[in-house]
Amino acid sequence: MSERLRTRVAGIELANPVLVASGTFGYGREYGELFPLYRLGGIVTKGTTLRPRAGNPPPRLAETPAGMLNAIGLQNPGVDHFIENDLPYLRQSGTRIIVNVAGHSLEEYQAVASRLAGEEGIAALEVNISCPNVAQGGMTFGTDPTEAARVIAAVKEVAGQPVIAKLTPNVTDIVAIARAVEGAGADAISLINTLLGMEVDIERRRPLLANVFGGLSGPAIRPVALRMVWQVVGAVGLPVIGLGGIATWQDALAFILAGASAVQVGTAIFMDPEAPLKIIEGLDRYLEAHRESVTNLVGAARPEHPAQ
Amino acid sequence: MPMLETATVVGQTRVARDTYRMELAAAGIAAASCPGQFVMVQAGHEGARLRRPLSLHRFDAGRVELLYRVVGSGTRWLAGLAPGEQLELLGPLGRGFPLHPDRPAVLVGGGIGGAPLVALAEARGRAEVPTLVLLGARQAAELVAVDRFRDLGCRVEVATDDGSAGRHGLVTQWLPEAMADFGEEAVIYGCGPQGMLRALMTLDPRFTVYLSLEERMACGVGACLGCAVAAADGGYLRVCRDGPVFAREEVRL
Repeated sequence: MSERLRTRVAGIELANPVLVASGTFGYGREYGELFPLYRLGGIVTKGTTLRPRAGNPPPRLAETPAGMLNAIGLQNPGVDHFIENDLPYLRQSGTRIIVNVAGHSLEEYQAVASRLAGEEGIAALEVNISCPNVAQGGMTFGTDPTEAARVIAAVKEVAGQPVIAKLTPNVTDIVAIARAVEGAGADAISLINTLLGMEVDIERRRPLLANVFGGLSGPAIRPVALRMVWQVVGAVGLPVIGLGGIATWQDALAFILAGASAVQVGTAIFMDPEAPLKIIEGLDRYLEAHRESVTNLVGAARPEHPAQ
Repeated sequence: MPMLETATVVGQTRVARDTYRMELAAAGIAAASCPGQFVMVQAGHEGARLRRPLSLHRFDAGRVELLYRVVGSGTRWLAGLAPGEQLELLGPLGRGFPLHPDRPAVLVGGGIGGAPLVALAEARGRAEVPTLVLLGARQAAELVAVDRFRDLGCRVEVATDDGSAGRHGLVTQWLPEAMADFGEEAVIYGCGPQGMLRALMTLDPRFTVYLSLEERMACGVGACLGCAVAAADGGYLRVCRDGPVFAREEVRL
């Protein structure tokens, strides 16, 4: 992998700026059958809670114009099962592992982070204060600056790794939340999680998703995500990981130019499992042709950037 | 082990109302497939849509056949592909049908659900044990694969909701009668709409029953947890990875 793709976020060195987003890649095993995982900049795991969670009843998915809705409901085997069964596999994958930490209470977030604190092979925690598909916790923390700060501070207290706060776009003022988590000691911010939406099944005359509401992802949300990344980069001093609808290398580059130090690819993987690899290759070709590097281009579209 | 493979369309035929059979050159997937498995099929240009899970209708010597019904924009795009055009497949995926070649079998297909049962009948072969195929559809124009099953030496019975072909009504209504000659060693395989599968769940417990399920999918490989089905012992199973074929004792429908 070429030097020009290297980047740094939350104190972690990444071989390239393309991570796979939480919830779209499980714990890596399934896609590890299709391509070598070391080619990725990193893997953000499925949201992991203290105890196993069954998730929401089906239907959990709906395709929408240029995107999809999901209401999985944080189905996961719990942190102990993860440490025993999935982490050993991820450790030998040859890429950076970021564990997405979820919970329904402050104590749960803290307990998950504590269990992970002493574990080798975890580069960072991404704290999910933005899941729209659970009744308690998740997004309810991420929509209030005080609550968001409390969760991040609680996790920071016990965490053994850098802490990334993952923000929800379902707020009036994303900047207020970003400032709050910065104040609470977050090492980086990732945004955006999904936009809350719904679909109606006109044949059955009912909401299509059993959960009624779901999270909208995919290219449909990209301009919203890009706008919020722009706002947050302008308002805080923390490194930002951009995500939301990134499907091509051009999309990824736009987020980097807007100020993201790295990006995550999610829904695009369902449309093309090799999308993250194609994005990395596309970025590399662009950087080579322009004799540039990722780090040089972070924020290069911003008026305050020296290149402007 | 699943693989990503660029397949070339070698044939595309309309075989029933809104129903097409597409033949694809895809040597890797064809060689690795088992009956009851499926593929995630590219359903638009350059990652514009989620891939569509389609069961393997047949596979042999470097080719796979997909039998599918046009129900939305993705399958309409597929139906517009001409021989020579290419598309990406991911597969073979999931857990297929246990074959039980030494036991008599009843294959119950509702609508397009008949598609994967052809691969099953082919793999079981022209054994000495009888294979009965019951196919249901809303109307005669939507029946699929009847001749294919007959060519394989299966006894085929047909039912339609409107009586336009075969018996009038649902296949499951006269399943007990059609199965009168089958003892408890019989294996029943079902693929079709939810109502049909539910009826198969309630068959006499002495029969072995396997059901192939359908659910909306995003990844197809077991990562996204989108295609959940309620497990008999609580929680959820993944239709794409733990299925799509389940023994009836494993799931709640």
